[in-house]
Amino acid sequence: MFSSFMINTWIAGTAIALVAAFVGYFVVIRRSAFAAHALPLGAFPGAAAANLLGVNPFVGLLIFVGIGMLLLRQLARMGRRDVGTGLLLVLFLGVGALFLSMTNEYAPEVFSLLFGEMLGVSKADLWPILGICAVVSVLMITIYQPLLLDSSFPDLAALQGISGARMDLLFLSLLALVTASALPVVGAFLVFTLLVGPPAAAQALSRHPLRSLLLAVVFAECSIWLAIALSYWSNWPIGFFVGMIGAGLFTLARSYRSWSQRQRGARRVAVP
Amino acid sequence: MWAFLSSQPVQTALIVGTCAALVSALIGVFTVLRGNAFAGHALADVSSAGGAASFLLGISPLLGFLGMAWIAAFGMEFLGVRKARERDLATGVVLGAGLGLSALFLYLDVTTTSTTGATVSVMFGSLFAISRGLIWPAILAVLAVFALVGGFYRPLILTAVDPDLATLRGVSPRWMGLLQLLVLGLAVAVCALAIGAVLATALLIGPAGAAIRLSRRPLQAIVWAMLMALAAVWMGIWMAYESYYWFSGNAWPVSFFVVALIFLFYLLAMLGSAQQRKFRYRAATALPGIQES
Repeated sequence: MFSSFMINTWIAGTAIALVAAFVGYFVVIRRSAFAAHALPLGAFPGAAAANLLGVNPFVGLLIFVGIGMLLLRQLARMGRRDVGTGLLLVLFLGVGALFLSMTNEYAPEVFSLLFGEMLGVSKADLWPILGICAVVSVLMITIYQPLLLDSSFPDLAALQGISGARMDLLFLSLLALVTASALPVVGAFLVFTLLVGPPAAAQALSRHPLRSLLLAVVFAECSIWLAIALSYWSNWPIGFFVGMIGAGLFTLARSYRSWSQRQRGARRVAVP
Repeated sequence: MWAFLSSQPVQTALIVGTCAALVSALIGVFTVLRGNAFAGHALADVSSAGGAASFLLGISPLLGFLGMAWIAAFGMEFLGVRKARERDLATGVVLGAGLGLSALFLYLDVTTTSTTGATVSVMFGSLFAISRGLIWPAILAVLAVFALVGGFYRPLILTAVDPDLATLRGVSPRWMGLLQLLVLGLAVAVCALAIGAVLATALLIGPAGAAIRLSRRPLQAIVWAMLMALAAVWMGIWMAYESYYWFSGNAWPVSFFVVALIFLFYLLAMLGSAQQRKFRYRAATALPGIQES
């Protein structure tokens, strides 16, 4: 399991899970799960186009995810935010399907871009991933305070001179960067699962920002390690394990929270 | 034109596409009014797991899509979709789990039954490859949706527009929510069959989102949405058929044309209504005393 061809997979998975948990924490408190779902799929045609033209996939990914982010903001301003997000998502998917239909290896490509190809991370893939993860972590630490304030109390943040529109743009750029780095390895759908599942479970367990963020990181790392191991043993796709673990964690955390609330309620009744 | 209409795959595509357009425009208006676009999209995505499973089990893909869409609908209801704050997260978690299942089933499809095209046809649809046997089930699903929505039209609209007022009037929001999800599942299944599970959202929310901009009356909005959806599907099928000649033998996928046309219609509707509003505003400021309605 830790043989030489798996080492890169373990390193990439660990780095991606770390930044996914950071950004995912803000996805959860800003309630922007739909945007987190749409952006990875916006990057999908980028990978397909790069595949078609034979250029480095990261170039295609970054270009398309950038276009997707700008269009997303424009469409959200024009009409209903959720309708705009949904339409942009399907448009990009449709374009991706078109690009892929022009190549010869249509079906296997579609599957690996959507659901990930965890067992094939080369050394050349590894460096861009680690670089982007480092950039995202540094950015995250520098803007942590204003972003947290803007996400939890937008009015208070505006009073302190933090522009909500600028924070939105920064947040979406971070999301886009994480997406572009993670997509070739873990697939468009799995990026979203990692971004939402573990942080949502952590949020249900703790309201304290830093504690909840740490919990999210722990959950994300555990789920990706478990998923890599299970996928290695069973040969089943890694996306299946990450999705199931995420849903399981969320359900467990939610039931634990309602159980402890009931306990506290019972104690309050007993000791008036 | 005659060669286009007399080809049998085209006829099937036109019939199934028409079914999908009509049913999705009708349900889409309710979905968008309720602010449920993400839930509608999630149902469609999760239904792809059912489509993938149908290859494994050897059942009709329509049944597969429908079964999984209903399971996802109940899952979201169970995890607490009703509370607005929790809705986004519960939808996201169900979506993640459903996509995981879909990955597994598609993988098993490829390895055990050697149907390599399963990923593409489930995810992105292949309207020209639908078997003729699916025409009647699709028409039945459409009739069922129209009968249900026709029977409960007023309470459904009231719940979609103003849930509190609906509760005051004695409409149970619970039952209406459940009815809406059941009908949404049926619509999603037909759409997923036609243009693919992950693209079904386009038909579901695109025409409806544009139509709501064009008209404030629900019935008028539904008619507008149907017109736009039908135009997109028919033109998409025709363009995909003709694209074989345009690009010297490399036909482009139907689903791409349908999605692109829907996006174009949405943009036009948005720009048109913004222009109209600016015009009205200018008229109202130029002639004092005339208020903007």
